Amino acid sequence: MSDPDLIDLQEVAPAEVGEIDLYQHRERIYTRKIEGFFQRIRLFTGWPLLLGYLVLPWISLDGRQAVLFDLPARKFHILGLTFWPQDFPMLAFLLIIAAYSLFAVTTFAGRIWCGYTCPQTVWTSIFMWLEQKTEGSRNQRIRLDQAPWSLEKFAKKLAKHGSWLFVGFVTGFTFVAYFYPVKELLPALATFSISGWALFWVVFFTIATYINAGWMREQVCMYMCPYARFQSVMFDQDTLIVSYDKKRGEPRGSRKRDANPSALGLGECIDCELCTQVCPTGIDIRDGLQYECIGCALCVDACDSVMDKMGYPRGLIRYTSEHELQGGTTHWLRPRIIGYVVVLCLMIGVFSYNMVSRIPLELTVIRDRNQLYVTTDSGAIENIYTLQLVNMDTTMHEFEIEISGIDDAMIIGERMYTLDGGEVRAINLRVRAEPEQLDKPSTELNFRASATDMPSLQASSESRFMKPL
Amino acid sequence: MSSFWSMWIIILTSITIVGITWILFANRKREQQPADKTTGHEYDGIQEYDNPLPAWWFYMFVITIVWGIGYLVLYPGMGNFPGILGWTQLDQHSREVAAADDKFRAMRDRYLALPVEEIAGDPVVRKMGMRMFANNCAQCHGADAKGSYGFPNLTDDDWIYGGDAATIKATLVNGRQAAMPAWGSILGDQGIAETTQYVLALNGRDTDSTMAAAGEKHFQTYCVACHGADAKGNPALGSPNLANGIWLYGGTEEQISHTLRAGRNGVMPAFKDTLSEDKIHILAAYVYGLNQ
Repeated sequence: MSDPDLIDLQEVAPAEVGEIDLYQHRERIYTRKIEGFFQRIRLFTGWPLLLGYLVLPWISLDGRQAVLFDLPARKFHILGLTFWPQDFPMLAFLLIIAAYSLFAVTTFAGRIWCGYTCPQTVWTSIFMWLEQKTEGSRNQRIRLDQAPWSLEKFAKKLAKHGSWLFVGFVTGFTFVAYFYPVKELLPALATFSISGWALFWVVFFTIATYINAGWMREQVCMYMCPYARFQSVMFDQDTLIVSYDKKRGEPRGSRKRDANPSALGLGECIDCELCTQVCPTGIDIRDGLQYECIGCALCVDACDSVMDKMGYPRGLIRYTSEHELQGGTTHWLRPRIIGYVVVLCLMIGVFSYNMVSRIPLELTVIRDRNQLYVTTDSGAIENIYTLQLVNMDTTMHEFEIEISGIDDAMIIGERMYTLDGGEVRAINLRVRAEPEQLDKPSTELNFRASATDMPSLQASSESRFMKPL
Repeated sequence: MSSFWSMWIIILTSITIVGITWILFANRKREQQPADKTTGHEYDGIQEYDNPLPAWWFYMFVITIVWGIGYLVLYPGMGNFPGILGWTQLDQHSREVAAADDKFRAMRDRYLALPVEEIAGDPVVRKMGMRMFANNCAQCHGADAKGSYGFPNLTDDDWIYGGDAATIKATLVNGRQAAMPAWGSILGDQGIAETTQYVLALNGRDTDSTMAAAGEKHFQTYCVACHGADAKGNPALGSPNLANGIWLYGGTEEQISHTLRAGRNGVMPAFKDTLSEDKIHILAAYVYGLNQ
C-alpha cells in the first residue's frame, strides 16, 4: 500500500458545526433610571397628553359628551361639531395632514415624535417607572430575575404586574369611553351590568396595553411600527439626530477622574456604558445612527451626567446633525423643509376652509325606477321621487323643497318639512310637467332644499325627468 | 360540489398546510452564519445584513397554522366536510333575522293590539309603514302611493274596494282580483262606441248625445249588474265608480273604449304569506293614514 501515486487515505472527522437559531429570542432590556434636562422635557410633553387622554371623555358640552365616536349611530361628536359618514373625506384629509406633519417634523428634528409623544413611549415610560418602584433599580432587577423563586420575589412580581394591569385597565377603559358614553360605562362597569361587547373591548385594550408597554416595548418599535422602518427616507444630512461624537470620544477607555486623557492617549469617552444601560431599545449609540434609535435622548442625559462628574464639557452624546459631526454647520432653512412647510400650510388652509364652509345638510334624490313616468288624464307627465333629507346641523330647521330645470314644472305633495337636529327624513313627492316643456325624453331636473331661517343652509341634487319616447 | 372537486380542495389544502409547516420548521436553524452577519451577496457595493427574525414571529406563525387547522375542523372548508360545528351561512342569516324579528316584534305587537284607526297617525307607525310600503307596495303604487296607470291612487278618497280600516287590511291579507269582462264580441264596434259616449257623458264630458242615449241602453243591460244604475260602482264587488272622473286605466275616449272592448284584469297580490300579521297591521295603518 505504498504506491507513490496514491495519497494515503486519511480519516477526517467533520468539524463541529454549531447550529444557530434563525429566530432571535428577545433579550430582556434592563433600563437604568436617569434624570436630566431631556427627561424633564419629556414630563412636559408626556403629562399634558396623558392627562388630556384621560380627562377628555369626562368633559361634556351642551349636555353631551364633548368627544364621542358614536359608531352604532355613525356620528362622530368632536367638541361642538358632529361628523357624519358623509364627512369621511374630511377625516381622511385630516389624517393625511397629520402624517404629513410627522414627515415634516421628522425631516427637521428626527424622531422626536417617537421619543417624546408616541403612546408606545409614554406608556412604556409609565410601566418602567412602575417597574422601578416595585422591583427596584436596574441591578436589583437583574438580581431578582436571576434569583430563585421566593415569597419576596413573588410579592414584587405580583406588585409589578398588578400595577401594570391597573394602568392597562385605566387606559383600556378610557379608550372605550371615547366610543361609549362614559357616564353610562362607569356605572355599568361598577354594577357589573356592562354589555358583553363593551366589556370585551375594555378587557381587550387592558390586555393590549399590558402586553405592549409591559412585554413588547421596543419590539413594537423595531418590528411592528412602519414609521420606524421608513423614517430613514426622511432623514438628510441636516436632520437632528442623537449622536455620539466619535472624534471627541475615541479612543474610549476608563481612567481616573483627575487623569489627563490626552496624556493617556484617550478620547473623552470613559466607556462607562451608562448610555447603553439607559437605552430603552438596548442599542449602543456609539455604534452610530441605528434604525432602533427612537430619539428619546436618555443617553444624552446619562452621558451629560458623567461628563459633569468628570469635569468635561457636556454633549459627547447630543442632538446634532451629520453635517455638524463632519465639522460643518446645520442648515436649518433648506429646500426640503421650506417645501414641507409650504405644502403643509396649503393643506391646513384648504382643510380649514372646508371646515368653515361645511354645510351640514345633505339631499339625495332617488327616482322611482319601476314606473319611469305616469301620464295623467289631462296628458301631463309625472315622475315620482324619493328625497332623502339629512339635517346634519344640531338644531331644528324648516326646509323648503324647490325644483328647477324645467319651466312650469310643479311639485305635487308637501314642500315644507321641519327636521330636528340630526334627523334623517325620507320624502315622497312627484313632479308634474306639461309635455310641451320637455323637448327630450330625459331632462335634467334639480332639487334644492334650503332652510327658511338660514339661507346658507342649502343643498341641491340633480336627477332626471322622463317622458314617453 | 362533486366528490372530485371536494377531494381536489381537501388535497390542495392539506398539501399547503403541510408545506408551510415544513418550510417554517426547516428554516428554523442554519448551520453557520458568516462572520460579518451579512447575506454574503453584494450588489453594486451594497451589502445586506442577515439579521434573525424575532422569535415571537415564529410562534405567531405556529399559532396561525394551529388556528387554521382548528378552523377547518370546526367550520366548513375542507371540500364537502361541513365542520363539526355544523355552521352554515343560511343558518346564521336565519338566526340573525329571527333575533331582529324578536327585537322588533314586541314593539309591533303593541300596535297590533290597537285598532288601525288609532295608530294611523303615530309617527313611529308612519315611519315603519313608509319603509314597508317602499319595499312591498311602491313598485306598483309608486313611492308616494299616488298610483299610476292600472294601479290605484291610495291617497285620495276614491276606493274601489272600500277605504275603511278593515277592508284595507283584508285587501292586503288576501289580495284582490278584478274582473272587468271583455264586451267587444257582445256589443260590437257600434255598441262599444255608443257605451263609451255614455260613460263620457256620465262625467259631464262633451259627447254625441244620440250615441250616448243608445249607450245608456247597453249600460243598463250589461254594466248595471256591477257598476249599478247610477254607475257609482260597488265596493263589495270591486267595481269602480265611473262617474267621478277618476280613471284607473285612463279617461280618454280611446282608453275607455279599449277597457270596454277588451276588459281589464287588475291584480292586487295577497301579502298574507309574505308579511306577518303585525306587519300588515302597520302597513294597513300607514295606507289608512295616507288620506286622513
